[in-house]
Amino acid sequence: MSEYIEHDRNGASVGLVRKQFFTFAHPPESLRLESGARLGPVTLAYETCGRLSPAKDNAVLVLHALSGDSHVAGVYTPEDEKPGWWDFMVGPGKGIDTERYFVVCSNVIGGCAGSTGPGSPRPDTGRPYGLDFPVVTIGDMVAAQKALIDHLGIRRLLCVVGGSIGGMQVLEWTVRYPERVASAIALATTMRHSALAIAFNEVARQAIMADPHWNRGDYYDGPKPATGLAVARMIGHITYLSDEAMRLKFGRRLQDKSDFSFNFDADFQVESYLRYQGRKFVDRFDANSFLYITKAADYYDLILQHGAGSAVRAFAKARARFLVISFTSDWLYPTYQSREIVKALKKNGLDVSFCEIEADWGHDAFLLPNPRLSALIHGFLERVLREVRTSPDAL
Amino acid sequence: MRYDLQIIASWIDPGSHVMDLGCGEGELLSYLIARKGVRGEGIEKNEEKVAHCIEKGLSVLQGDMNEEVLDYPENRFDYVILSQTLQQVYEPDALIRAMLRIGRRGIVSFPNFSHWGIRLQVFFTGYAPVSRQLPYQWYDTPNIRVITLNDFRRFIRQIGLRVLKEAAIDTHSEDRYGRIVRVLPNLRATYGIFMIGK
Repeated sequence: MSEYIEHDRNGASVGLVRKQFFTFAHPPESLRLESGARLGPVTLAYETCGRLSPAKDNAVLVLHALSGDSHVAGVYTPEDEKPGWWDFMVGPGKGIDTERYFVVCSNVIGGCAGSTGPGSPRPDTGRPYGLDFPVVTIGDMVAAQKALIDHLGIRRLLCVVGGSIGGMQVLEWTVRYPERVASAIALATTMRHSALAIAFNEVARQAIMADPHWNRGDYYDGPKPATGLAVARMIGHITYLSDEAMRLKFGRRLQDKSDFSFNFDADFQVESYLRYQGRKFVDRFDANSFLYITKAADYYDLILQHGAGSAVRAFAKARARFLVISFTSDWLYPTYQSREIVKALKKNGLDVSFCEIEADWGHDAFLLPNPRLSALIHGFLERVLREVRTSPDAL
Repeated sequence: MRYDLQIIASWIDPGSHVMDLGCGEGELLSYLIARKGVRGEGIEKNEEKVAHCIEKGLSVLQGDMNEEVLDYPENRFDYVILSQTLQQVYEPDALIRAMLRIGRRGIVSFPNFSHWGIRLQVFFTGYAPVSRQLPYQWYDTPNIRVITLNDFRRFIRQIGLRVLKEAAIDTHSEDRYGRIVRVLPNLRATYGIFMIGK
């Protein structure tokens, strides 16, 4: 996901928010991971906005994608230049209206924005885990989020919502804890990565691992594998845009020059853009986290794991109402993958709405202000809240 | 609400489960949910219309009804509605059978091509008819089927289904008012509405 974050043009904002922490699985307990490994203690960094209703029936869990974090909306300090990554969607009067809903967003385990990940200190040595950090899965991320939701005393989430890898977590929630989610919004996502998506991730990982500073994941005391991580990010950015988006945004325009330099500096705007995005990413993201999270996404296979090869069977336990949204120009998680989700949900007799939004901006479209997307989410949430409140026992 | 939709709504039992194929902006679904307490779902091809439906809080999915209709479990719905779309369907036989697979009852409405106004136009002008119900020229019409009330009744019989209820109505395309035609319906009705079952 890219860096489009800007302040809301209308000035609507949840205002000041605070990064909070929740730690569980203290010894002798631990979180058993899908790989069989054990992890503990586990810390999740999270953020909340809005108010939890007395009946605790208005909680919306937002699930972030690869490079996101718990900072979903608002600002940490009044001087903050950048609000949270989904500020256009989450706030008073917005798609996810914080006047009506209690919004929770937590950083995934394996991440690098406050939750336990490869850069966190090992409890026994006090040194960063590095590659000793166990491989985590989308299911493990969701299991950790569930511990947070238990901790917050929320029996049932009104909605789980997320795009891309966040969308995978949405799907996982609906089958892993079906009685805990009244509804689910899956944006630009898939039940499993295509070979194309795995291929891009692998090239990105190779870029990191080929950087001599990576040092088999043990770099926390020295120089970081900045070049590798920047290249990985550049590859990602290509897949998040589209042919059309790049044509509109850059074309063949040159960057601050009228002719070619006849060397290997960045001549084209697109080169300059990718280099800039790569550099910027290095400052805020950990290369090992990138490896772990992309691996989790590649491993994810809802169909195999929950349906023994059948997408229909995979959703047999799900009970939520669904809103599935894809974007016309998304070639990383194309519409056909969303339609497969819709088809499986329908065959299970589940309530599902689906819309393919016309958008030029590729996979990243869900991160860009889009009145249609906001209106869809707003309308869907209003309905679910109404239904949940008229018959609280019925999911 | 359009007169033909009012008739359709009057046929639907309260609290039933309804699918509206080609639900447009969700006018009928909203009405049925508000007035009859139905559980309603819809399928619509047009992105903008789908978006408006979901914004209104309806459960609607975007897609081609001919394909989308195949994915539901058997007898999932009490009623499956196809209003003013049959004349645009490429394989009416397959669609109607699919409707009665996923629903106990089908409700189909379409403009009646044997209305006297259309007959007179062809007879006197010699040009392909253009009416308020069928407002297109031959070269830009989405209506690929020419159906009369008699044709539909015979077709339903031929494919082994039954007409359970029918109404011939005289109304204009977007009109809220109209009347039931009892005398010479195939000649005098602008629209036919049929409830069909197995």
